[in-house]
Amino acid sequence: MTLDQLALLATGSGAILFIYWYFFSKSEQAVKASGSVVNVSVDAGYNPATIQVKKGQPVTLKIHRVDPSNCLDQLIIPEWSIVKALPLNKEIEITFTPNEAGEFPFHCGMNMFHGKIIVL
Amino acid sequence: MKTTLEITGMHCASCQKLVSRALAKVPGVKNAEVNLMTNKAYIEHEGELNLQTAKKEVESVGYGIRNQQFNKTTIQQVSNQTSEQSNKWKNPAQPEIDPAVIELQQSQHRMLLAWAFATPIAVWMIAEMLVGAWPNMELFNLGMVLLAIIPLFVPGLPTLTTGFKALSKRTANMDTLIALGTSVAFVTGPLALLTDQIANYAGVGAMIMAFHLTGRFIEAQAKGKASQAIKRLLELGAKTARIIRSRPVISSEARNLATEGSAALDSSPAAQNDNLGELEIPVDQLQINDIMVIRPGEKIPTDGMIISGKSAIDESMATGESLPVTKQTGDSVIGATINQEGLLHVKVTKVGGDTFLSQVIKLVEEAQGTRIPIQEFADRITSVFVPVILMIAIAAFTLWLVFPDTFGALTMALQPFLPWMMNTATLSPLSQALFAAIAVLVIACPCALGLATPVTLMVASGLGAEHGILIRKGAALQTMKDVRAILLDKTGTITKGKPTVTDVTVNPKSQIPNSKLLQIVASVESGSEHPLAKAVVKKAQEQNLTLAKITDFAAIAGGGVTAQVNNQHILIGTEKLLKEKSVNLQQLNNETIEQFESQGKTVVHVAINGEYAGSIAIADTVKEDSKQAITQLTGMGFSVYMITGDNKRTAEAIATTVGIKPENVFAHVLPQDKAEIVKKLQQTPSKVAFVGDGINDAPALTQADVGIAMGTGTDIAIESGDLILVRGQLTLLVSAIKLSNAAFNKIKQNLFWAFAYNVLAIPLAFLGLLHPVIAEIAMATSSITVVTNANVLRRTKL
Repeated sequence: MTLDQLALLATGSGAILFIYWYFFSKSEQAVKASGSVVNVSVDAGYNPATIQVKKGQPVTLKIHRVDPSNCLDQLIIPEWSIVKALPLNKEIEITFTPNEAGEFPFHCGMNMFHGKIIVL
Repeated sequence: MKTTLEITGMHCASCQKLVSRALAKVPGVKNAEVNLMTNKAYIEHEGELNLQTAKKEVESVGYGIRNQQFNKTTIQQVSNQTSEQSNKWKNPAQPEIDPAVIELQQSQHRMLLAWAFATPIAVWMIAEMLVGAWPNMELFNLGMVLLAIIPLFVPGLPTLTTGFKALSKRTANMDTLIALGTSVAFVTGPLALLTDQIANYAGVGAMIMAFHLTGRFIEAQAKGKASQAIKRLLELGAKTARIIRSRPVISSEARNLATEGSAALDSSPAAQNDNLGELEIPVDQLQINDIMVIRPGEKIPTDGMIISGKSAIDESMATGESLPVTKQTGDSVIGATINQEGLLHVKVTKVGGDTFLSQVIKLVEEAQGTRIPIQEFADRITSVFVPVILMIAIAAFTLWLVFPDTFGALTMALQPFLPWMMNTATLSPLSQALFAAIAVLVIACPCALGLATPVTLMVASGLGAEHGILIRKGAALQTMKDVRAILLDKTGTITKGKPTVTDVTVNPKSQIPNSKLLQIVASVESGSEHPLAKAVVKKAQEQNLTLAKITDFAAIAGGGVTAQVNNQHILIGTEKLLKEKSVNLQQLNNETIEQFESQGKTVVHVAINGEYAGSIAIADTVKEDSKQAITQLTGMGFSVYMITGDNKRTAEAIATTVGIKPENVFAHVLPQDKAEIVKKLQQTPSKVAFVGDGINDAPALTQADVGIAMGTGTDIAIESGDLILVRGQLTLLVSAIKLSNAAFNKIKQNLFWAFAYNVLAIPLAFLGLLHPVIAEIAMATSSITVVTNANVLRRTKL
């Protein structure tokens, strides 16, 4: 194997490691629910993607999809059996009262974009 | 005061809730009900309704109020109606354009625009591959780049932006793969103009985008088809109703106004029938207790009870029952079913969201939100899918660059079999590496994996709803395949649940006549809701017996009641209970009682002032199809059990008639112990399905692995149960099991194909054996196949 080949292999491996780090080791800042309403904008992902709410207090997620891709046209919170269609440019409300503390992930219709609700 | 508003933009049950909640916030509003099917909100309020605030509230949750209103009680507001408003009333239920339809149209436009450019690219490219560049290589390369700009950056823009934006947020989806694949391909175009070291893939990029958009469009269409069943349900309802308003309820002015409203509607004869007291109004104006007039051939506008008339009613759209059902005074009817023969007067019992049809739609929609365990594995894969594919693509690119000869040798060897590989062997290593990497990026298809389960569930629940089977929890489809024991509740499930008194015997010594005994028992039982009690009361009414006044009525735990009638102490109950209360039962004719019980009759005994007075035998008829259904279930390999509160002899007699083994009978079970029996069966060990009418068996329905609630016609607001059978027929249970099995098989098939596709296709692309365009075609096809395969489920014979 030539030096060129080795260098190429090393670069490739580095790129793969970078991808791994880039996608799987991100830490996210939880956005605390201020009051009873959290606005979530859907634009190539959920913003904020981590939402912190208080146990026993009703909270309303106002979800607004501005991303034209139909990848994001559904929101699923599996543990609560919530499946919502998110029409483009229309605010959709989900109101719930978390009765259990813990982390409840949510995701798009195909489970590629992720977020979570942390109940404290 | 009441106001009706037309709401725009609603498309699901949750919209309905949002709007009604928003309206409830408007000051003065006492109650706001929103009907999804008619897009109307019915608002009860104090004083004038502030329309501006209402509008603002509704708009704040993303819907609109159409600029008109119809007020039933305030004359002023109605007379202010503009001509535009009355025009509106010509189509009281004109649907808003569904946003999903708009999106579908947009994606069609994108697809067509992409192809307008991708088609010449394809022709030119194939010509170049077969004959050579025309007119020369430079112009060909330039042409490719120019032609690719529009499809990639105009119709493809949403895909590109979402893909890259997602990437910048350290997350990724399908669009990311396509965006990377196509933009890398496009960049080779301008580069190829500068150096001949790189082959021009700009055209390939444009074609990938065109195929991607096509796949998206077809997929969206097929998804729409899968949800069609629900949309069809929405369209079932009648638009107008003809009613007789009782005069005091509505003032003459208001009625004139209402008639004006309907006259504006159209000049149908009904509108002029006012002198007959008939009035045609939009369905959403109906109120409980209105009397509707339904002529033969008309749709019944909403749920109600027949107060006069008799007719055959076609209920197939609601219950799946194909034969018309004869109904007469006192029977309930379901909205949207068709009156076939006679003129009916029907009192409205339910409107808006409470109706049978609204309930069905709500249940079907809610079921879409439930998860099936088998999907979890697929979900775990899709959640890391895209990053992993990116890594594989980089690996392919690197390895092709490092070992071009090793990989190239394989391509060379297989070239004769792969026509699209003709020119690739002559490409530079860099181009070959790009070729493989782009193919990997675009062939990977998590869509098929993600779609496999939900789309099938959607088709299954739609198909079920058409046949009178409502799936409440998707997980039941998976559990059902492991169920081996089916536990049937006797009353209301195997039998009709409408018992009738067949025999009355009296204590020969007591010398009271049969009718007197019946009268006393009926008097005591008149306040009770128990089916047996109702049977006795009905029998007494048939014999025109007048019921006596009772005092000190009390129910005794363990099955009995006591009361005072004409200063006599009456005790009614089982033999065991009477014995416990130390009633002398010597005069009880055991032979007769045994005979009744072996005919499947339930016998209750009566004591007057502590003396045994007589017994009443009550029989509940077995449903016509119970035996056939149980035979089919046994044939399918299920062990069928029966559970009842009756004593052993009665229970076994019924069991034998329907083909259940006497050893499979649980007799003497109190309602609250049904769940215990389910638990006991679950220890055998076997998954257990419990079938009951949902009235006093909710704990058993919940305890069972699959709880199946059997509706009794018009009420399906059953809170427990994983499946609901709308018609009270056991043969429907057989269909429900067939549906579950078919649906679950389809889910497995879909998941298998989705996995297999990725497992096979990714290595081929990695090895450079797939042309990127072919890879994209394969990828688009795979998700379309999954959705189409789910739609095939519709053909299942139930």
